Amino acid sequence: MTSRETRTLVIAVILFGLAALLPFSGNGYYISIGVTIAMYVVLSTSWALFSGPTHYISLATAAFYGLGTMIVATGIEMVPYVVLLLISAVAGAVMAALVGLATLRLSGVYFVIFTLGLAEMIRQLVSWLQNNLGGSRGLYVLTDLTEEHIYWELLALAGFVFLIGWWIGRSRLGFAMRIIGNDETVAAHCGINTARSKILLFMVSGMVAALVGALLAPRWTYIEPNIAFSPLLSFEVVIMALLGGTKRLWGPLVGVIPFTILLEVIEANYPSQTILVLGIAFLLIVYLVPHGVVGRLEQSFAKFRKGGN
Amino acid sequence: MKRRTALKLAAASLIAGSLTVGTAQAGDTVKIGAVAPKTGPLAGGSTVTHWPNIHLWVHEVNARGGLKLKDGRKMIELIEYDDQTNPGVHIKAAQRLATQDKVDFIVAPYGTGFNLASAPIYAKHGYPQIAVSAISDKIPELTKRYPGIFFTLGSTTSFASAVSDILSKMRADGKMGSKIAMVNVADAFGIELAETARPIFKKAGFEIVYDKSYPLGTQDLSPIMKGAKASKPDAFVAWSYPPDTFGLTKQAITQNLDVKAFYTAVATCFPAYGKVFGKSIEGNLGAGGVDPTTPAMKAYRKAHMEVTGKPADGWASANTYVSLQVLEQAIEGVGSVDRKAVTQFIKDNTFKTIMGDIDFVDQVSHRYWTVGQWQGGEFYGVASKGMPNAKPVILKKGWK
Repeated sequence: MTSRETRTLVIAVILFGLAALLPFSGNGYYISIGVTIAMYVVLSTSWALFSGPTHYISLATAAFYGLGTMIVATGIEMVPYVVLLLISAVAGAVMAALVGLATLRLSGVYFVIFTLGLAEMIRQLVSWLQNNLGGSRGLYVLTDLTEEHIYWELLALAGFVFLIGWWIGRSRLGFAMRIIGNDETVAAHCGINTARSKILLFMVSGMVAALVGALLAPRWTYIEPNIAFSPLLSFEVVIMALLGGTKRLWGPLVGVIPFTILLEVIEANYPSQTILVLGIAFLLIVYLVPHGVVGRLEQSFAKFRKGGN
Repeated sequence: MKRRTALKLAAASLIAGSLTVGTAQAGDTVKIGAVAPKTGPLAGGSTVTHWPNIHLWVHEVNARGGLKLKDGRKMIELIEYDDQTNPGVHIKAAQRLATQDKVDFIVAPYGTGFNLASAPIYAKHGYPQIAVSAISDKIPELTKRYPGIFFTLGSTTSFASAVSDILSKMRADGKMGSKIAMVNVADAFGIELAETARPIFKKAGFEIVYDKSYPLGTQDLSPIMKGAKASKPDAFVAWSYPPDTFGLTKQAITQNLDVKAFYTAVATCFPAYGKVFGKSIEGNLGAGGVDPTTPAMKAYRKAHMEVTGKPADGWASANTYVSLQVLEQAIEGVGSVDRKAVTQFIKDNTFKTIMGDIDFVDQVSHRYWTVGQWQGGEFYGVASKGMPNAKPVILKKGWK
């Protein structure tokens, strides 16, 4: 470990420690914003782990997330919650592997379209199973978990995702991904098993998203399939990750935080025109921050170093 | 560059300012918060049933000079947020109302999922939550968990068994046979109702000759109706949501489904349903109902039209208004905005409302309409729990 890495690690641990203190503020409002931020940080960081280096835009987040939610909802009355979390993680990874096997051998655009349809397909499948086998089972998740617990769980998961991301960045797999992202043909010629690498990374991403869905299920109490599989979620995650920047591990993080706060301000102040104001905000973001927050920051740093004003 | 920096600073302080808005307050109003869909899938229902009644109630109370408290009359200040039919947004907005806006009371949300998702927040801050648009079969468990939650619209079982009772009576009178075609929307509420109804129908001796579901958002419902028609049922029952209530009715008219009873669930009571289908829906049964003949209901419906510019629906509009009347009388009864006392007052007292006297047994009101029917262009209650003056059910006679 280089001294620079040690420094980054120390800073990261301190930041996590500070973030973990939030629930002690006792203010439910800040905690609920914290949960939202933590959720999007985990989802968009794990999304960027796969989509960042490969440039494959996955719109499957809602599918994995919904899968995790529905697994918890269906099993909560029979199986301990911790076991359900494990099942969700495994199910997410397995589903990602299946989807990856079917689509990641194809070129990018087929993958995008397939993942977009995936959430809807899984939702219909779950509804069908529920309708024909489960009955009303799988609608209620009554636990004693509070927002504080969910926040800490998500924070721990975020730590895990950052560690994985850091490890992948240093590993052969990460190196292979960067080559694939730059030119897949070259990668194949170098002897990289491109399909296997992509599937592996997609599995990590799918596993994490399913786990987030499972962790959040107790927050909703009453699970409706159309809410568990909200297609909007997939797009939000992509927008936030891109706003932050996908080249750095912490890129999505600096996208999620301003985005969530912006959403919050709009929702609080324009209750009747939320969607309209949001649309205008999107336009402004694309116009003013085309390279993401990270790009902007790096630009500013470069200027600063050059001794500019 | 300098100007940019200044601009950024201004933007940052604006954001910081708006996040803490409403922390400093004057005490001369009673602040009431409301979060419900204005956009998203549930907005169609909440803008008919939920929002107009909140606006009507606030308008009327303020027109009277405000709420009568011990330290004088206080006007209501309404703070409303759109949850975009998204529970995550809803939770944040409810938290914002409780901890930032520091509202004195919150109007219970619209929809079962939203009432349950926000219940822990209400419980934590001690807000009474008089839920209307929330129908569940877990009411005993939920009321035990949340001491401030009240249910006013009944349970899944009461809705399913009311339909079964009506059909049983028609059969006993020799007006129809035992064959039921049952369909449901494959989504939370539809699945729950179908699941509850199946054993109830069977126990009552009915034969379910057709039992199909369709996904939420299905555009073409003609195969469903074709299948139902081919099974030659005596009665057609659909546990449906608003879009499919309209879709199924349209298909029944097109295919001229010949049944003695035709039931669709949510939105059958909407004024738009009567407007769209006119005379052809004479005799259609649906979830809900009202007794539009009492003087109190007449006055309410007139005021609803005048103040909000929209007609009240034939079901939960009245219940929503009743829930606000209960809140109003409890606040005035206590004479302050002490939430704990108000919650206790709701549990201990009987309230005079536009639907008659309402009280709560174990946090549940047992007075509500369960089935209504279109008769002569008006949606009347034909079956209820504890409501007087139910109209006799008529037979469905064709679709002309």
